[in-house]
Amino acid sequence: MKHKVGLAQISPLLGNVEKNIALCRDAVARAQAIDCSWVVLPELALSGYMLRDLVPEVALTLDSEPIEELSALSARIAITAGFVEETPDGRFCNSAAHFEKGRIAHVHRKAYLPTYGMFDEGRYFAPGDRIRAFDSEFGRLGLMICEDAWHLSVPYVLAQDGAEILVILSSSPARGVRGEHIESSQAWGFIVRVYSELLRCYVLYANRAGYEEGVSFSGASRASSAGGATIAEGPPLDEELVTVEISSHELRRARLATPLHRDERLELTMRELERIADGRYRGPF
Amino acid sequence: MEDIAARSSKVRKILTNFIANEIRRVGMESAVVGLSGGVDSSLVAYLAAEALGPQHVFGLIMPYKSSAADSVADARLVASKIGISVEEIDITPMADAYFDTYAADASPLRCGNVLARLRMICLFDRSAVHGGLVLGTSNKTELLLGYGTIHGDLASGINPLGDIYKTQVRDLARHVGVLDHIIAKAPSADLWPDQTDEGDLGFTYEEVDKLLYLLVDLRYDRKALIEEGFAVDFVDHVYGLIQRTQYKRRLPLIAKVSGRTVDREFRYSRDWGV
Repeated sequence: MKHKVGLAQISPLLGNVEKNIALCRDAVARAQAIDCSWVVLPELALSGYMLRDLVPEVALTLDSEPIEELSALSARIAITAGFVEETPDGRFCNSAAHFEKGRIAHVHRKAYLPTYGMFDEGRYFAPGDRIRAFDSEFGRLGLMICEDAWHLSVPYVLAQDGAEILVILSSSPARGVRGEHIESSQAWGFIVRVYSELLRCYVLYANRAGYEEGVSFSGASRASSAGGATIAEGPPLDEELVTVEISSHELRRARLATPLHRDERLELTMRELERIADGRYRGPF
Repeated sequence: MEDIAARSSKVRKILTNFIANEIRRVGMESAVVGLSGGVDSSLVAYLAAEALGPQHVFGLIMPYKSSAADSVADARLVASKIGISVEEIDITPMADAYFDTYAADASPLRCGNVLARLRMICLFDRSAVHGGLVLGTSNKTELLLGYGTIHGDLASGINPLGDIYKTQVRDLARHVGVLDHIIAKAPSADLWPDQTDEGDLGFTYEEVDKLLYLLVDLRYDRKALIEEGFAVDFVDHVYGLIQRTQYKRRLPLIAKVSGRTVDREFRYSRDWGV
């Protein structure tokens, strides 16, 4: 099965859910018009990124109107999008949902909240405590939100849980401009290629564009095949609908050619991790 | 709304200690304050005199030709009551030199902003003369509503009143001993004849402070405020004012290029090293 996927490099408006829903609707329409069967929107697409005290004002419950609108839209085209979620127990999470066939298929809550350098997420969000793959019409998916992908364990666990396509939603600022290179974008290119090469998964990376508080978001959404080849590369900084074709046959061939996936020794890893975790709390200090 | 009067001695102590601490920390011992004859600047002058000693506070009265006559008289009265030295600088010649030559068509708002910025120039120059920090006199209500001129009356070295609502300023002024008729008179920026704050804003400080306290301090959302009995239009109007004037409460935006940007990843407290 082949599918065309749109990575929507949009520029959400800070704190304006209504206008961001309109941006999503527009991206969905454009993706549909060029025969995409799935559109991936960035991290916090419905709210913008530098939220600070706006977090509770833009938070959405899973039964809220904007989320239900995305569910309804997904009857025609699958959608993955990031938003601030208010959980039933009153936590605010940096979440992403995958919508297809008119319903919510999965919700991932960002497990690693960057709180260093320019980032303040740990002050405003509760961390997610699940890393789980799930079945979709495109194969088994694993969602990560930005910083999640900087922790090796997250894509590893998703791959062991059977993920065939890893999806990274991001609001990554352009940092460290050296000549024609943006260091933060270069790092993402590297991460996407390495994960796809080692985990034999498709990796789709959707990053936003635009400015907030003087900070530009680097765009450059991209994708790698399950064999580690770059198969899509969006423009830096500007808004764009980047498209990529994924194929279940390609995935199968990549895994046949280099069966790392087959040879992975989960029990060995578990045993050693348990030994390390046990040891961490032994000893006098 | 909590009554600040009940805990005025604590607030008074925090504010006077703040003034003394922040000024001495940077190796100074004096303060410069613009006196308008209104309650905010009068209160700041009282607090500064208490904190630093009256000999270390320099009051500046800066009338324009259209300023109300009793503004100058009240400012002088405040200065003599607390025993601080005072200087009067008539900003009319400098303002009119600009207006007559370059801004004959300026609206009242533009004129008001020019006057506020000329006063800022005088205050910061006198700050260099006396070796003292300029004390801000914008209160929490004005800061939140953006009712002030950026780089004008909003400019200061330190601001003791910025976390005190206008109605609380009156309570504290009463506690500190500011003259009753100064506390009682209608608040005014005095940028043009018969201007009043409440006339400009379209609501009273009493009304808006109640709303701001619930909205900002207690974080009531729109729905909860309406349930408290505030009119929908009033809530939306005030929220809009706060939102639209956020730029006045922040540094100018810096275009981020490097990995360590001033005020973004480069984060030191202002009291760094002093």
